[in-house]
Order: sequence, then structure tokens, then C-alpha cells
Amino acid sequence: MAEIELRHIEKHFGPVHVIKDVNLTVKDKEFVVFLGPSGCGKTTTLRAIAGLEEIDSGDILLDGKPIQGLRAADRDIAFVFQNYALYPHFTVFENLAFPLRAVGTAKDVVDRTVRSVGKSLGILHLLNARPSALSGGDMQRVAIGRALVRRPKALLLDEPIGSLDAKLRETMRIELKRLHYENGSTSIYVTHDQVEAMSLADRIVVMNDGVLQQVGTPTEVYLYPANLFVAQFIGSPVMNIAATKVSEADGNARIALDDASFDLPRELLGMLEQKQAAPDLSLGVRPEGVIVSRDDKPGYRPAEAHIIQPFGGFDIVDLKFGEKTLRARTSSGYVDKPGATVFARIDPAQAHFFDTRSGASLGIRLGN
Amino acid sequence: MITTLDPHSRAAYRGWSDITIRNLFVIPTILFLIVFNIFPLLYSLGYSFTDFRASTKDPVNFVGLRNYMELLSDPNIWSNFTITAQYVIVSVSGQVIVGFGLALLLNRSFPLKGLITTLLLLPMMLSMAVVGLFWKLLYDPNFGIINYSLGLGKLEWLGDPNIALYAVALTDIWMWSPFVMLLSLAGLSAVPKHLYEAASIDRASRLYTFFRITLPLVAPILLIAIIFRTMEAFKTFDLAYVMSGQPTTEVVSIRLYKMAFQEWQTGKSCALAYIVLIMVLCITNVYVKYLNKAKER
Repeated sequence: MAEIELRHIEKHFGPVHVIKDVNLTVKDKEFVVFLGPSGCGKTTTLRAIAGLEEIDSGDILLDGKPIQGLRAADRDIAFVFQNYALYPHFTVFENLAFPLRAVGTAKDVVDRTVRSVGKSLGILHLLNARPSALSGGDMQRVAIGRALVRRPKALLLDEPIGSLDAKLRETMRIELKRLHYENGSTSIYVTHDQVEAMSLADRIVVMNDGVLQQVGTPTEVYLYPANLFVAQFIGSPVMNIAATKVSEADGNARIALDDASFDLPRELLGMLEQKQAAPDLSLGVRPEGVIVSRDDKPGYRPAEAHIIQPFGGFDIVDLKFGEKTLRARTSSGYVDKPGATVFARIDPAQAHFFDTRSGASLGIRLGN
Repeated sequence: MITTLDPHSRAAYRGWSDITIRNLFVIPTILFLIVFNIFPLLYSLGYSFTDFRASTKDPVNFVGLRNYMELLSDPNIWSNFTITAQYVIVSVSGQVIVGFGLALLLNRSFPLKGLITTLLLLPMMLSMAVVGLFWKLLYDPNFGIINYSLGLGKLEWLGDPNIALYAVALTDIWMWSPFVMLLSLAGLSAVPKHLYEAASIDRASRLYTFFRITLPLVAPILLIAIIFRTMEAFKTFDLAYVMSGQPTTEVVSIRLYKMAFQEWQTGKSCALAYIVLIMVLCITNVYVKYLNKAKER
């Protein structure tokens, strides 16, 4: 049982305000991912929980008990460092045994525990090697093993697979997920890679500029981004964002994006009124929300295909509506070459509306 | 754009190959070493097998290993070596303890760190003879500040044969601890900070961290400091010579000096010098073995 709670955490580095009033509860056995661009305060928050960084104010609670005054050694929280931080002068066995020996664990217990962790991580054959002789992936396995060997209350991971190559990252991601299933320790994982975040997290915490932007399941933050930052940070390729004006035309709500305009269901007008939306609106639509057709159909607008990026299973096509470009996702090869004229509409169910000035989502969801 | 050189310097460039230029730099140094180091070294090796006396014009006779046999069976020489060993052990271990301790204290950021470090380094920049002379004044039983401030009355630091050697060693410690400190400081600052963070996460106490992380990682550079200081202490001369005339402070270098330039037993003193050289080489070899072992990790 380990629940981590952050209450009104504040932290400055000199004049820089790195953590701004962060409040969060990580439930027992939950896998939470802090996601954000570099310098957003996610690693600092993680280090503060571990006790490697002091906070200016606020409370960090582990199972309801404040721990911000305790030394890292007394918090019973394990930490996996981005650069592994293996002890270079020890063998893999000694590295894994260190957290146990440091508290005077009996020799046979150390031996047994190290071997069982080594087995579950597949590094038994490396126990006598020194870290300098290991590959990046194996070093990471040892670093994770060193964190798991003591059965900590909580496990914190700071971009643990960030420096591995793409293929190995994928393997390690799956391995991390398996380890979490097996051990079930409360985990907080920091990354700037949204794919990693989406695939690992029970809940994602999106951070920017020291502020929590949104906390939710991967699906929630993908489908219902709380603001423009989250909308653009999550999802690849990035969501299309365009300043828009909404008016009534032909019994529909017409949204105008510079030269292009699209018709959406009339109910949008009522919703905007109800939300007392500011006149400066931004429309957000993911590439898969831009529906492309080769034939002109009612409600579709003509566009010129521009750059086509094939991804194998699908293509990403830049569509030019006059000066305005929207990025669309099509089945692969659907638009055969740049310059072709195609027709497109916006899927109302996938249209997001944001207040341009505050960036906040208006929370409007349209049916089909 | 190609820079045009006049034909003369172009020829000069072409004429001087890399090898020529390299030789121009290296050969003078090598010549210097041969004339002033290697030649005297070999020449004195030759002398060590003779009864040569630089003070007389007597014919020089080859005596084989007699000088070495006499020296090694002379109990007085062994007592010189014992004194030297005591001196080396006391002074080097003192320097390591004080120097490493200072380095641990300095290995963090605090105001005026640079200034304080520089001030601490001053002793080793002084001349040995000068240090010896003013410590003699500090130790003086009548007006020395050490007895005065410690309230030791008329303690004869350098006059008492039982403590004179340790008094000289203390001066050496004062003078050379900064050297150990400097090297240790370099070693300590080279230990990555994240290892300390990892150790604190791994629940290691400060003491455990010191013995399991800090010490093993600093050991190689600390060993280098110990090698240097042992070699220096083994052949120490100036301090003991300037500070004390006690027979209990007659380290082997002083004996060597007396043998060569007071008793004019040139051949025999060369033999003694070679014995010292071989001993120093043996001791450093032991250290170097340890060093290599420590580096393998």
C-alpha cells in the first residue's frame, strides 16, 4: 500500500519558478506518467518526491504521512536515474546488492533476492560483469533491478529509457509494463515522449511551465484535451489548430478558417452561446478528423494535396485550402500525388473548440 | 584562396618534414637528459664498485661488491634506514589523513572557497630550507610560539632525541598535506554527483557511502599522491638537515651526504645511493601494482 499525495508544491531555482502549486494524488499500485517538454518541471517534481530536491513549500505525503522533511534514504522510495547511475567499481551483483547491504541485510537473503530479481530481468548471466562492459539496455535493466530489489513503497523513474535506441525502447517499454503488472508498486514515470506516456500510463499528468495542464487516462487526454497545450503536445502528427469564426449559414453552423469554411451541425451555435464563448475561437482537429474524399460530395470542400508523408499503414497529407493548410490522415496511397485536387470535410465528433486567449478547451462535443 | 609564399619559404616548408620538426624539439631534451642524468647515473654505478675518493689522487681500484657488502652488513646504516622508515610512515600517513580530511571539508561550495584553497596550498610552495628554518624558530624551547601557545613549558622539540624525528615529520606534514589535499580534491570532484544521489536513494548512511563509494573511487588518485610523497619522504634531506643535528634524525640521505662530502668515501656513497634507489623503486612498484588493481575496477 503506497499512496503519494502532493499538496501545493512550490519550488524555485533562483529566480525561476519551476513548480507552481502542484496538487496530485497517485493512488496505490497506479502507474502515473509525468509528460511534458524539457524544462517543464516534471523531473524536479519527481526528484522532490524522492528527496533529492527540497521544495520551498507544500506537503509531500506517502500513505498520508508528510515526508518532505525526511532524507531520501528514509523515504523508502526507489529511483531509476536517466543516466542509470550504476556504481562503476562494483559488479552487477554488487550493484544490485547495494540497497540491501546498505541496511545490513543477511548475506543469504541478499543472495536470494538479487538472484530472483536478476532472473526476472534476464540479467543472471551478467552478475559478474562490471557496468562498463554492459550495453545500454542491460545497464537499464540493472538500474531497474537495483530499484526493485528492495521492494520499495514507490518506484520513481526519470526518463529511464530515453537514451536507448528506438527498437530497444519499445522492448523495454513492454518489459516495464510487465514488471509493473508483476510487482504492482506505485510508479511515477517521467518522459517527454508521448508514445511512451500513452502506452505505459494508467494516468498521464501533462505538465508545462511548472503547472499541471491535465491529469487523465491516455484516452482522456487524447480525446478530450483540456487546453491548446495538451491538444498539441499529445498526438503525432500534431493536431491541426486554426483560428476560426463561427456564423450561421444555410441552417448550419459555418466555421471559417481564412479562405476555407466548413459546415458543422447547427447545435454548435447554441453550445457556444451557452458557454458564453469569447469571439476569439480556435478550432482543433486531429488529422484523422479531416475526412478526405476523391469525389466532390455535399459538405466537402475542394483542396489541393501538398506534401504527402507515407507511414506505411497510412499517409499524412497536407491539404491546402487557399492559404490555409490542414493535415489529414488517409489510407495509404489514397491521394496519389502532390497537386491532386481532393475534397475534405471536418468530422464534427472530432472537432475541438478552444478559447484562443486562455487556451482552455470549451468542452464542446458534437454528435455526428 | 591559396596563400602565396615566396619561393624561399615554400622550399623551407617542403624541406622540413614532420619528422625533422619533431626531432628539432625532442633531440635537445634528450641530449640534456643524457648529459646531466643518464651519464652521471651510469658513471656513479661504475664508481660504486670502486674505492674511489674524490678528495685524493690515489689510484682507483675495482673492489667488486665490497662496498655493497660492507654497507648492507653495517648496523649503523640499517639504523639510518630504520629512522628513514619511521619518518616515511609518520609523515606520509599524517599527510594523507590531514590532506584527505581537508579535501573532504573543501569538497562543497562555500563562500571564499577559492581563496581558502589557495591559502591552504601556500606551504608546499615554500622552500624546504626556509620552512625548516622558521619551524625551528616555532619549535624553539625558549621563545617558540608552539610551546608558548600550547603551554608546554620548555619542551625541547628538536633537542630531545626521542621526539626530534617526529617534530621534523610534523613540519613535513604541515608542508605537504596541501599536496595530498590538492590531488584528493581533484579525485573527489571527479566522483559523479549522481552516484551519491543513487547511494542516498539506496538507503546508504554517510559512513557507508564514504567507505563504499567515495573511498574506492578516489583510491587511484590518492595512491598516486601516496607514491609521490613516499618517494619524496624516503629521500628527504633538507628539512632534517636544517632542523636537527640529532643522530636520531639522521635519515639515510643525511648519512649519504656525510659519507660523500664529509668522509669523502665517494665509491661507497655511490653504492649507498644505489641501494636507496633500488629500495624506492621496490616500494613504488608495490604501490603501482595496487594502483593498477584499483584502476581495473
